[in-house]
Amino acid sequence: MTARSQNDRVVPPSGAPATLTSFTAGAMTFLAVFALALALASGRLAERWASALDRTATIRISAPDDQIAMQTKAVLDILATTPGIESSRAQTPDEQRKLLEPWFGPDLPLTDLPLPQLIEVIEATEGYDSEGLKQRLSAEAPGAVLDDHTRWRKPMAEAASRLRLLGYLSILLIGAAMAAMITLAANAALSANAQVIKVLRLVGAKDSYIARAFVRRFTLRAAAGSAVGALAGTIGVALLPAQDAAGGFLTGLGFTGAGWLLPFLLPLLAGGVAFAATRQAAFTTLRRLT
Amino acid sequence: MLPQIRATGVAFTVISFENAAYSYGGGELLSDISLRLAPGSFHFLTGPSGSGKSTFLKLCYAELAPTAGSLTLFDRDVRSLSRDDVALTRRRIGVVHQDCQFLDHLPLAANVALPLTVAGRTSAPSDLSDLLGWVGLGQLAEAKPPSLSGGERQRAALARAIIMGPDVILADEPTGNLDWEMSLRLLTLLVELNRMGKTILVATHDLNLIRQAKPQLAARVLRISKRRIQLAGADL
Ligand SMILES: Nc1ncnc2c1ncn2[C@@H]1O[C@H](COP(=O)(O)OP(=O)(O)OP(=O)(O)O)[C@@H](O)[C@H]1O
Ligand SMILES: [Mg+2]
Repeated sequence: MTARSQNDRVVPPSGAPATLTSFTAGAMTFLAVFALALALASGRLAERWASALDRTATIRISAPDDQIAMQTKAVLDILATTPGIESSRAQTPDEQRKLLEPWFGPDLPLTDLPLPQLIEVIEATEGYDSEGLKQRLSAEAPGAVLDDHTRWRKPMAEAASRLRLLGYLSILLIGAAMAAMITLAANAALSANAQVIKVLRLVGAKDSYIARAFVRRFTLRAAAGSAVGALAGTIGVALLPAQDAAGGFLTGLGFTGAGWLLPFLLPLLAGGVAFAATRQAAFTTLRRLT
Repeated sequence: MLPQIRATGVAFTVISFENAAYSYGGGELLSDISLRLAPGSFHFLTGPSGSGKSTFLKLCYAELAPTAGSLTLFDRDVRSLSRDDVALTRRRIGVVHQDCQFLDHLPLAANVALPLTVAGRTSAPSDLSDLLGWVGLGQLAEAKPPSLSGGERQRAALARAIIMGPDVILADEPTGNLDWEMSLRLLTLLVELNRMGKTILVATHDLNLIRQAKPQLAARVLRISKRRIQLAGADL
């Protein structure tokens, strides 16, 4: 018999509290995997929206066919003289067809449709006065509407980063709830073994020796339960439909690259939480009991 | 030969009470105790049931602390001992408790070896079985404590108390559940241990045992009466 297994045997098997610890760690980690996936996906989304849409705007010109060309030129002229605009460019019919293809198919007779002309605007770092530009446009090209994205981009990017925050907050809460449950379970095990602890103290066991028997047990139980939860959660995430080209939010909920390893850090974390919680509980109980 | 430092040096005491008292919610149980147990001494402690014999022993192994006065164990004030110090002190004091508690989930042999286990030491299996054989429990090494008789538990407790080779042995009614023959055997062991230099304190109300011991060694008899501990006369 090794010294270590002998040391663990001085405390009888912990039964229900130990089982509760494994189960709690497993269930909590399962949830944490999804919270982690959510946080990472929201983070990616927030970044993409913030950076890709940053500094771009669109001007849409809807006008009778014979006026489109004229108004387009007028708008481009205005843009060329507006401070804070880096560049602007009218989209070619080809580009417009590409834009619409996912919705209407490749054989769209573009010329037969009363489509608005789109102009891409790229803003300089210092930015432009969007109200002033809108006024000039309505005066000189009545069919032009400035869509500066920020109207919908900002709340979306904000929502995404808020979602990321919520994801991380969930992981924290899950960790705290797990710590509380394991503390409770450890306290139950310690109280159930009050007699054992008393005998151990009487024969000269140090607190750290007695605590170690409990801490080791609960740490291992939590880490093992958590490993099962992490595996199950990761499989769950992997079974979600693959991320499509459009990068829609729900389909983008997987992990990417090395991110797939992150869920497997959770058992280490759970073990650490269990270690700290049980140790704290053990030393408190030992001082109370003997 | 190496010089006997302790014999020639400053007076060394194992257990020393000075004007110590112990009281609890119900009042003062032990008052004004001044007592020194010198290394190698042998004491009996007698007194009526409920007079505080077990309480006195608990003070001696730092389970309780005096509520007044001072108590030093191995020349250290018990109040200055940390929890770890208490644990280390108990490794030098073998105790046979009156209620003989064991770890019920471990076999007898593991229970007897427990002081070694918690101290991070291992026992030679032959030493352990010799010891169990000596207290007459060789056949019961694998038995679980709840299945043992009262006398078997007391013998096991004695084996556990001496396995560490402690400097001091405190025994609380160690013959309470033993027949006369086994009591004598236990007394012989205690006498032997005392000859090896161990300090021994036995709480007992078995006056026959004390009489039996007297011719074998220079034992002193302490008696608790009216909350005080006095040296008993030769009237036993
Ligand atoms: N902390 C305490 N709280 C309440 N009562 C106590 C406490 N400590 C001691 N007593 C009481 O003090 C008395 C002495 O107890 P103790 O066990 O020391 O007696 P004893 O001499 O060993 O008796 P016995 O011969 O029956 O073993 C008992 O009446 C016990 O109930
Ligand atoms: Mg008693």
